[in-house]
Amino acid sequence: MALPALSPALPEILLAVGAMALLMFGAFAGEKSSRTVSFGAMGLIAVAFLMLLVAPKYGTTFSGAYVLDPFARLMKLLALAGSGFAILMSLDFARREKFDRFEYPVLILLATVGMMVMISANDLISLYLGLELQSLALYVIAAIDRDNVRSTEAGLKYFVLGALSSGMLLYGASLTYGFTGHTDFAGIAAALKAHGSSLGIVFGIVFVLAGLAFKISAVPFHMWTPDVYEGAPTPVTTFFAGAPKIAAAALMVRVVIDGYGPIAKDWQQIVVFISIASMVLGAFAAIGQRNIKRLMAYSSIGHMGYALVGLAAGTQQGVESVILYVAIYLAMTLGTFACILAMRRKDGPVEDIGELAGLSRTSPVLAFLLAMLMFSLAGIPVLAGFFAKLYVFMAAVKAGLLGLAIVGALASVVGAFYYLRVIKIMYFDEPKPAFEPMPLELKVVLGLSGLFVLGYVLIANPIGTAATTAAASLF
Amino acid sequence: MVLKALFFYLFAAVTVASAFMVISARNPVHSVLFLILAFINAAGLFLLVGAEFLAMILVVVYVGAVAVLFLFVVMMLDVDFVELRQGFLQYLPIGSVLGAVLLVELLMVLGGWAIDPGLVGKGAVPITATGSNIEQIGTVLYTKYVFFFQASGLVLLVAMVGAIVLTLRHKEGVRRQDISRQVARGPASSIEVVSVETGKGL
Repeated sequence: MALPALSPALPEILLAVGAMALLMFGAFAGEKSSRTVSFGAMGLIAVAFLMLLVAPKYGTTFSGAYVLDPFARLMKLLALAGSGFAILMSLDFARREKFDRFEYPVLILLATVGMMVMISANDLISLYLGLELQSLALYVIAAIDRDNVRSTEAGLKYFVLGALSSGMLLYGASLTYGFTGHTDFAGIAAALKAHGSSLGIVFGIVFVLAGLAFKISAVPFHMWTPDVYEGAPTPVTTFFAGAPKIAAAALMVRVVIDGYGPIAKDWQQIVVFISIASMVLGAFAAIGQRNIKRLMAYSSIGHMGYALVGLAAGTQQGVESVILYVAIYLAMTLGTFACILAMRRKDGPVEDIGELAGLSRTSPVLAFLLAMLMFSLAGIPVLAGFFAKLYVFMAAVKAGLLGLAIVGALASVVGAFYYLRVIKIMYFDEPKPAFEPMPLELKVVLGLSGLFVLGYVLIANPIGTAATTAAASLF
Repeated sequence: MVLKALFFYLFAAVTVASAFMVISARNPVHSVLFLILAFINAAGLFLLVGAEFLAMILVVVYVGAVAVLFLFVVMMLDVDFVELRQGFLQYLPIGSVLGAVLLVELLMVLGGWAIDPGLVGKGAVPITATGSNIEQIGTVLYTKYVFFFQASGLVLLVAMVGAIVLTLRHKEGVRRQDISRQVARGPASSIEVVSVETGKGL
């Protein structure tokens, strides 16, 4: 048997081999090498990004277990951007907080390889392996500040619940294999088309979706999110809120569209339920939060609910809206976390929302950009977040899910309250002492994110075209 | 055929019973021993379906390595299992209700289906009559499933890195063996000849 075609998977191979090389370098050069390893990891991610951007080699390889299509390419570009920026944003924190472990960027690289395997998964086994590769690395980096009780608690909690969800996913995968006789998505779809749905398949779908919903922290599998986001060091939270969500959302889209596509009626109701529950809980539970990282955790739960609105539609337009939603979500999240990382005084970082009081007078530019990001997260028109919500609701209405769109719109009104409260605290409360000056790399990330959010109207067309091509490759 | 069915029910019954004992035994050492019994019976089940390589691997890896490691951990760590179980009775009612609901649902799912007698031959990669198990696994593992094989390798690498990151500490003041220094030592640098006067000491 000839060697399988490796060219579609070259970016993954590059990242995996590079991660091992950096690991060896770090192990021999010692703890002082963490900055070099970080730059090396960012360089590798940039090269992989360019490989996918300039010359993607579309195709299916490894006996059909791996696929690179325009959808996978676009989602991988987003995931790579999320990982790369997460490493960049951790540089300053690492220097100040004695957080300089060279394993951190290496584990992010390996998690990124896992994400890319997930996004390209065309088989239940590669789905599971990619998910485990990513999750295992995430458990470790949640607890990487091992002398801090809250960080270790976050890591342990994430690990125990994550292992449970992986078990559920595996059980669902085995039921699917048992009832269809295939592990590859095309084979599953063909078997479902020929024989239709059955109780066993529905059972399998429920378990698989439960496992995936855990990874994107959708209700009712969201319990870990606030604790892990709060307990993990802030750069780690930045990473968690971005790239892994994109990969898990992409995986969810591919499983239900490619694998369970012929029995859309059966999974649609599950996705609708998860979506409504996430939007509503994300809106109401965030109201009482005082810690900005917890607030962002509930915000991300809500946003995943909105992204699933598009998936619930199950149409090409729906998938397109999911892609646009997660892309815009990634840009907004990275910008917001750049602001959160900038919340630091002489005696260390602060996380309480009250500490932002009067930011408009102490650092007006930061306050303005954070306010724009908050408006965008709330979905105020002409900002990027508004279009994201518009796309998913339009897709839902077109697919006849009017009720879902209405619940979503109502939830976003409730959610607007806590985003607006952050703005009120920044602009109308008595000022607190100024924060330390913002490091350059955070300024760059915040600037890019602010430009994206403010100028989305101008670049909506090319992004929309890219999303259309990507979504079309799934149908 | 009857003998095969007899052994199937024997192995299956012992596996389920010992799995139950794993979670209900009071003494954690007994739990681990029951776990080993469950593994060995599962290996017997693999033998019955003709997967002799998997059966042997199960015995070698799980019984020989994993379970023994468990035994070490249980004996070395002084875990108070009685204290760990304190919430057990409190959550028992709701837990058993949920378990019963799930069991009924599973029975409904599986009860409506009859298992195809020719199922064993219909897997993604069925066992053929020619060649041993090892040969057959080897031919697909490194060709058709090479991607999964490599990806599993990466997962294990992450597990290893993670264990080291979270637990390895470089202690200050640990005296490590430095072979080059040991070899370079000569009488001049390590021996001092002192003439001691009688009755005085040093």
